[in-house]
Amino acid sequence: MTEFALILVSTVLVNNFLLVQFLGLCPFMGVSNKLETAFGMSLATTFVLTLSSICSYLTYRYLLLPLDLVYLRTISFILVIAVVVQFTEMVVRKTSPLLYRVLGIFLPLITTNCAVLGVALLNLQKEHGFLQSAVYGFGAAAGFSLVLILFSAMRERIAGADVPEPFRGSAIAMITAGLMSLAFMGFSGLIRF
Amino acid sequence: MSMVLTAVLALMGLAIVFGAILGFASERFKVEGDPIVDQIDALLPQTQCGQCGHPGCRPYAEAIAEGEPHNHCPPGGEATIVALSELLGREILELDEEHGEEKPRTVAVIREAECIGCTKCIQACPVDAILGAAKMMHTVIESECTGCDLCVEPCPVDCIDMVEIPPTTRSWHYDLPGRNRQLIATDLRGSVGA
Repeated sequence: MTEFALILVSTVLVNNFLLVQFLGLCPFMGVSNKLETAFGMSLATTFVLTLSSICSYLTYRYLLLPLDLVYLRTISFILVIAVVVQFTEMVVRKTSPLLYRVLGIFLPLITTNCAVLGVALLNLQKEHGFLQSAVYGFGAAAGFSLVLILFSAMRERIAGADVPEPFRGSAIAMITAGLMSLAFMGFSGLIRF
Repeated sequence: MSMVLTAVLALMGLAIVFGAILGFASERFKVEGDPIVDQIDALLPQTQCGQCGHPGCRPYAEAIAEGEPHNHCPPGGEATIVALSELLGREILELDEEHGEEKPRTVAVIREAECIGCTKCIQACPVDAILGAAKMMHTVIESECTGCDLCVEPCPVDCIDMVEIPPTTRSWHYDLPGRNRQLIATDLRGSVGA
């Protein structure tokens, strides 16, 4: 149990995917303009990350490893992620139109989110088991959501603030992201994992 | 050699399995959409004017499908009400006066000499039919304008006129019997079950 708690704390705070490992930066800058969209993106990412983390683990463990094809992991993980995203989109569309309206446009975007592939590959590197992979994926997504939502809330406020002319728009967003990253680096003193 | 073959076969197998799953899912989880909403939406005039109390024609179509009265659309007028009654099997109603009255089709025209380029009408236009930029003169794309009146209100210098479109040889058509259709087709009532 402590192991899973450690993985969670590690992925959410200490080794946060966005601010410490710098994965998945495109949605971080892209969909953080509004709190609402950031929320939708977070939900969709959490869902897909957890699921694809599990699926890519299964693919690796039961297909690539027995066949001695470990060098094919990247391409097969990309395949797995694309299929998981597509499948999720279809199921959500059928079962919950409301959820589809919230997540709809974000789901295809996640296919090309490097954090998703990053989690799958890091799972291998850290030699995680099945449950560990699932928790790692979920934790990574939770960290992603936390930072994305915090960042978009900040950006909404900054949009109304009196920012000096040369810093308006993306520039101030980059600076904010940098400062947030600095703050999250502070967590690295918390635990070593 | 055999290693390459295994790799190719494994990837191919993976792709085939995933393809099969997706193909199955696309059949199994097919979404038909709500066909009745689409049909109602097709009958509405698409002015997006908001006089019915909904933000556009599509939301009103959804509301009608859920049971809202179908006589809240002034731009569509009587013809739309009759068509909707026929589609939905509901009674033909008078246009609800609360939402406005039926007027001849108009188009917005900006008196360009007076336009101060404030962009307020551009933001108000539901169909993006107004062209212009801040502090530049604006103009209306006539073919896109639905005559919804929404741009008249925000204009601070009142330089927008709603001009009636006179019928041309192309747009003129016979006055189709709307309400009277019922007199001949008494069987419509029967099929309606009213």
